[in-house]
Amino acid sequence: MEGIAGETAIEEGEPRRTDPLSFIVKAAVLLPQLALPTGFAYFSVTRDMEAGGIGRLSLILLLIAALIALNLGIAWLQWRRFTYRVGEADIRVESGLLSRSARSVPYERIQDVSLEQKFVARLLGLVEVRFETGAGGKDELALAYLSQEQGEALREVVRERRDEADGVATDAADTAEEATINTQEQARPLFAMGPGRLFTFGLFEFSLALVAVLAAAAQQLDFLLPFDLWDPDFWMQTFAGPGERIAGAGPVMQFVGVMLIAGTLVIAGMVTGLVRTFLRDWDFRLDRTAKGFRRRRGLFTRTDVVMPAHRVQALRFTTGIMRRRFGWQGLKFISLAQDSGAGNHVVAPFARDAELLPIAHAAGFTPPPGDTAWKRASRAYRIITAIAEAGALIALGVAIEIALFVFEIDLFDGQEWAALIPVAIGVAAGIWQWFLWRYERHALGTTQIYVRTGWLAPALDIGRRVKLQSVEIAQGPFARRFGFATLHLGLAGGKLAVPGIPVDRAREWRAAILDSIATSDFSELV
Amino acid sequence: MRIGMTDQEADFIAAIQPGDALTQLHPNHEKAMRVQGIGFAIPVLIAAAVADWFAPIFPGAIFLVVLGIAMILILRLPHRRFAARGFAMSDDRLRVVRGLLFRSDTVVPFGRVQHIDVDRGPLERYYDLSTLTLHTAGSHNASVHLPGLNHDDALAMRETIRAHIKRESL
Repeated sequence: MEGIAGETAIEEGEPRRTDPLSFIVKAAVLLPQLALPTGFAYFSVTRDMEAGGIGRLSLILLLIAALIALNLGIAWLQWRRFTYRVGEADIRVESGLLSRSARSVPYERIQDVSLEQKFVARLLGLVEVRFETGAGGKDELALAYLSQEQGEALREVVRERRDEADGVATDAADTAEEATINTQEQARPLFAMGPGRLFTFGLFEFSLALVAVLAAAAQQLDFLLPFDLWDPDFWMQTFAGPGERIAGAGPVMQFVGVMLIAGTLVIAGMVTGLVRTFLRDWDFRLDRTAKGFRRRRGLFTRTDVVMPAHRVQALRFTTGIMRRRFGWQGLKFISLAQDSGAGNHVVAPFARDAELLPIAHAAGFTPPPGDTAWKRASRAYRIITAIAEAGALIALGVAIEIALFVFEIDLFDGQEWAALIPVAIGVAAGIWQWFLWRYERHALGTTQIYVRTGWLAPALDIGRRVKLQSVEIAQGPFARRFGFATLHLGLAGGKLAVPGIPVDRAREWRAAILDSIATSDFSELV
Repeated sequence: MRIGMTDQEADFIAAIQPGDALTQLHPNHEKAMRVQGIGFAIPVLIAAAVADWFAPIFPGAIFLVVLGIAMILILRLPHRRFAARGFAMSDDRLRVVRGLLFRSDTVVPFGRVQHIDVDRGPLERYYDLSTLTLHTAGSHNASVHLPGLNHDDALAMRETIRAHIKRESL
């Protein structure tokens, strides 16, 4: 093409197209997709060939050719209408035939430029240029395809522009940091778990779900077993030895049998928990290196993850119903999503408060101070949620009961009370809301935001106000009528929301958080 | 396409900046929503007519009811939705308000914008409208859409936001 004569010189401002050859790559991808419907059409015609003869076949072939031509034509037009421009402050892409879309990506937001070559593209010497921004994933900008030299030149230009925009010389700092890493590597880990701790942890990882599944399976599949699982005699013989049956002690025997089965299931659950924990968290070690937090764990598959400290967006303290009673907690980092897939990293799965504190500090967070002004969700929100949850279930149960009574259906095998189970669950759900009202809290600190959720196993989220991306106040019809809202905070790599917050407080918080956000630009955070 | 702002665009930006008052979307947005509603209603009406033909009740029972609902949705709903929408652009943030039954009031600070899209489908092009989309790094509100802007206004807003990003990080 004439427009891209000077291959390496990326000129400013003028719109350019992608490499003409990229049309061939797209066609190469497109044609196999057309093969299936084409083949289908072909066979459906040849099957009743006798009827139409050769004239009809040629008509079909013509149609197929037209179909291919149409698709290629559209692809060509799309290629014609796709232009990009390397501007002074941003990269712009315009595309689309009927629907036009224009995207502007400022250099300040481009974290990296990657060149990708798939098979066909590689044969033709083309590259796909991808621009990585904080938005991540599908919303990122990609130019498919440019010639290799052009792609590389573009990458250079963008990197230069970005560094100009950032005004930081990063290389020197990086090597200095690297040196400190090596010296620090030997130091004491920030957090580690030995076999003893793992054992305790494993006991709390008791798999209730597994026990339930096993119990259900045993009931369903007991015909497969060579003995009767539910027969106490069998268990007595097995454990006490043959010939020692105690005659006449039926109920006691049955009780013992049930206890034995329950015991077996509990042991199975415990062993599963232990094995899983040992496999996953063997030799767990978290280090604070200059590059960030480095976590290593695993027995057979050992993983080694580095999370840059400045990318930690929020902390999540978790616990369990039982482990909480013994003072055990876990800590997760919510981090920018593009770091190794999941945005959610366990940094200390099972630890004491005193062990978690240094980790939180190292990430730049502090736990809520003693005088934090904790707030509850609005009463109206709790009452309406309770009515909605409990009301629906209770109504369902009552309706079933009435229907059974009126139409005299024997649905539950004579045990009509079974229809009242939804009523019981409904009542429980209503009471649950009352406990949630008592235990769920949120608070806004000077630099952080705290959200505590759950009753029996409460979790605490701590977010930095400056690290939030957007603030939304959402209200349904009831919320508007009774003056509460859900405050959604845009958090990179995770979700943070305060449901049922009184709407005035939501507005107040939003104003305060937005003022915090406005003090810094995204490029200073990442 | 132009980069520089005309006086008219500058006036527009100045007009929407101060205070908390919401700016309404372009009136064409309401028309576009109505056309969209009609496009959605036609296949439903055809289905209703067919059902009416075969149903063993008196003729028109289904079709007229569906037609009535469709008329309400086409005549009344676009206006109410339009009235419920609005935006406010200040020095460093964009506020987008939408929703009739489920209201949502979102603020995106320019300092958190990753990239900016200006999209327009065929219908929007006919009415000279655009949808401005701000992409953020957050999982919630990863992209905040503001439809129903006059195309030139959308471009002007994009320039303002982009210029802010540049200024901010220097």
